[in-house]
Amino acid sequence: MMKSLKRSLIALSTTVGLAIAVVTPVQAIEIQKIVSDGGIEAWFVPDKSVPLIAVSFAFRGAGSATDPEAREGLAGMVTGLLDEGAGDLVSQDFQRELEEIAAQLSFDTGRDNFSGRLRTLTSERDRAFELLRLALNKPRFDEKPVNRIRGQILAGLKQKIENPRHIAGELWRNTVFPNHPYAKPSDGTVKSINAITPSDLSQFVKDRFGRDRLIVGVVGDISAAELKTRLDQVFGALPAKSRKFDIADTQPAGAGKVLIVKKPIPQSIIVLGHGGIKRTDPDWYAATLVNRVFGGGGLSSRLYEEVREKRGLAYSVYSYLNPLDHASLLAGGTATQNPRAGESLDVIREQWGLLGEKGITAAELKDVKAYANGSFPLRLGSSRGIANILVGMQLSDLGIDYLAKRTELINSVTLEQANNVARRLYKTDDLTVVVVGDPAGIEAKP
Amino acid sequence: MFKPYALTARNFCTLMALFAVCILPARASAEVFSPKEFELANGLKVVVIENRRAPMVMQMVWYRVGAADEEPGESGLAHFLEHLMFKGTKTVKPGEFSRLVAQVGGRENAFTSYDFTAYFQQVAAHELEKMMRLEADRMQNLVLTDEVVLPERDVVLEERRSRTDNSPAAQLREQQRRALYLNHPYGRPVIGWMSEIKALTTENALAFYRKHYAPNNAMLIVAGDVTVARVKELAEKYYGPIPRRVVPERVRPQEPPHRSSRRVTLRSERVNLPSWSRVYLAPSYAAGERQHAYALDILAQVLGGGSTSRLYRKLVVERGIASSAGAWYSGDGLDYGEFGLYASPKAGGDVEALEAAVLEELEAAIKEGFDPADIARAKKLTAAGAIYARDGIRAGPNAFGRAFTQGQTIADIESWPERISAVTPEQVMAAAKAVLDERRSVTSVLLPEASK
Repeated sequence: MMKSLKRSLIALSTTVGLAIAVVTPVQAIEIQKIVSDGGIEAWFVPDKSVPLIAVSFAFRGAGSATDPEAREGLAGMVTGLLDEGAGDLVSQDFQRELEEIAAQLSFDTGRDNFSGRLRTLTSERDRAFELLRLALNKPRFDEKPVNRIRGQILAGLKQKIENPRHIAGELWRNTVFPNHPYAKPSDGTVKSINAITPSDLSQFVKDRFGRDRLIVGVVGDISAAELKTRLDQVFGALPAKSRKFDIADTQPAGAGKVLIVKKPIPQSIIVLGHGGIKRTDPDWYAATLVNRVFGGGGLSSRLYEEVREKRGLAYSVYSYLNPLDHASLLAGGTATQNPRAGESLDVIREQWGLLGEKGITAAELKDVKAYANGSFPLRLGSSRGIANILVGMQLSDLGIDYLAKRTELINSVTLEQANNVARRLYKTDDLTVVVVGDPAGIEAKP
Repeated sequence: MFKPYALTARNFCTLMALFAVCILPARASAEVFSPKEFELANGLKVVVIENRRAPMVMQMVWYRVGAADEEPGESGLAHFLEHLMFKGTKTVKPGEFSRLVAQVGGRENAFTSYDFTAYFQQVAAHELEKMMRLEADRMQNLVLTDEVVLPERDVVLEERRSRTDNSPAAQLREQQRRALYLNHPYGRPVIGWMSEIKALTTENALAFYRKHYAPNNAMLIVAGDVTVARVKELAEKYYGPIPRRVVPERVRPQEPPHRSSRRVTLRSERVNLPSWSRVYLAPSYAAGERQHAYALDILAQVLGGGSTSRLYRKLVVERGIASSAGAWYSGDGLDYGEFGLYASPKAGGDVEALEAAVLEELEAAIKEGFDPADIARAKKLTAAGAIYARDGIRAGPNAFGRAFTQGQTIADIESWPERISAVTPEQVMAAAKAVLDERRSVTSVLLPEASK
């Protein structure tokens, strides 16, 4: 079944940047590292409070950046087809079986990683695990479902043509990553989607679904002993090694450019950004705190205050860090009515510059640390959420003891460090800006 | 949850073998969230859902007021007030509320619909008291001045532009909604018409607040790592002193009989893929021919809820004439429900031909009926949602808040899986025949500029 391809504008791969803080040690989540007889590893948190099991998994480095030349959108198309027939079950039969047991199975891809999720009632897990096994090991890619999903993707591409957020994101990406796989459209193009064959799809799976890339997180109503068997059952027959893909590291380009795409819409979409910071950088935690202060979501940040609260210029204004495997970004955006679009961009630039120059205050640092430490446990409320975090932690190589360490990592950030990183990262001259709409007060700088 | 869940289900099914359908038992007493409830002397209803899974809590306050309670000419006011509730009280400065929530790592937001306005925070369990103090404070002590209100009005205009005015599809939906309701305020956009939003004032907002925001017009819901006793103690302390007020009865202009089908078409140069949809006026769980409501849930699933559904199978898989097709039912409304159909052609496809095909398949479905196996599967799938809803602490509060503000009870929520499981194929057909009456519908078509 074609789920909506969430190809958000600029957010490329998802890595769980922020970690889990242990607030009350008594109730700390205890993660078990399970290794099956066949050598498959999973991070596991048992939970019997609800009779269900949540499985989250990823194939590291198998995302859309590895789509072959002229086959852009291949990874995305695979996400829509793994549950459209596998083993002896043709498309409708596979779908019917999923519904029969009320299992929730889905696949997704970002730029860097290919991922999937299964949630099943405990009582139906037998069949659910078997269906997952089939989807990953024996997808059929029959011609009819392939053409049907192809048609859905093509329809989706048509629908997006005039979507201003889509236009902005695509142009920004192409400007910032010229000649790099990260610029490839994840959903593909009409040409590339039409060119993909069942053989391409099979090859994708053969090349990328290897145990060397596999990362698994499981939470719920299952025993460690049974989980071991299930891991071998589902993943054991996958090839040990997958193909290597060489994606070059890159720095964003397009510094100083301001590109305007004129469209007859009442509200201009503005996206902007430049290079960021790697997840492995020792200043990463300082950077997340600084960005949170600046424009990191919630209802109190500098951007929120200046753009929305004080001036009523936007409903949504934000900034974020995006540490990909081969590049890192610091980006943001907003949407403002055309006559005031220039004002919005000016305010954001001014704030960006102010942050880069003067950094944050001690009070801001104190508050944001309290936020960072207090908010993370809130992500541990559901099996589905925790399973995703277990995978995110592994993708970022955070270590299984990260939960216990994270509070200290946050607390140890000094004001000096925070302000050094603000100075280092926030550079208005480097900003690549894209505006879609009919903005007043913005000068193009192609 | 005790271990032999699967065993219990199998034993139960054996016993129930005489019946056409095997019911999926949730617990011995057929509960979903197992809430506890009480009421304060001032009329505030309180619901507590204890869930020790993680050291966190969620507080929600739901008011029995929404966009459908606005006076004509002041559309968008309920939603505007929701925004303004963050702008400060006698003791909390503008923006301070959110800062205080963020300081304890809390997540928060609010939302408005036709029948309700709701506010919530999710925080570590030991921060509940602070959240209750803050929420109770703004229930009666809101302070508004032009200085904070007017920029926020601009924010709401940007929100409207972002949600509606920038999108041809959203514009069409807005027009479709107005055409569906000849008289009832469900036809207005929750965000408000542009010109009416622009005219909203600080005085309007305060008047609306005084008129509708009272403890006897609200429900407090707390879920998570907390005890009823503790919630009672805190509720009495912070919400208890708020005096009850007389609140107007919720009487909305009702729909007259629908005698003619309606059609809305929107052409735009920004549309490249046409789309088709139809919405029917329907009963809801709380109003009209309510006996159809649960059957309509199942009808939506079996007719167009997933890839084995009738419409998807016929139009997308077998005939290949659509890229997507489906059906949905919204049964929550205090006054009315809605039943909808939608379809999009493939790239380059003809939406007129698609419409004909959809209606053809619909007619065939009504004539032939549905395979009992499909209905059984739809019921089981739908009912299983009640179990998945228990993963996390948000679903329960949201369900009870909706029930409270939209004419249902806690018992209705708790027995929902049973009622879904009790739906029969005959009831599904009866609901279909009653609701799928073209005279009570609006058909909408989104087209590119240069015809077709």
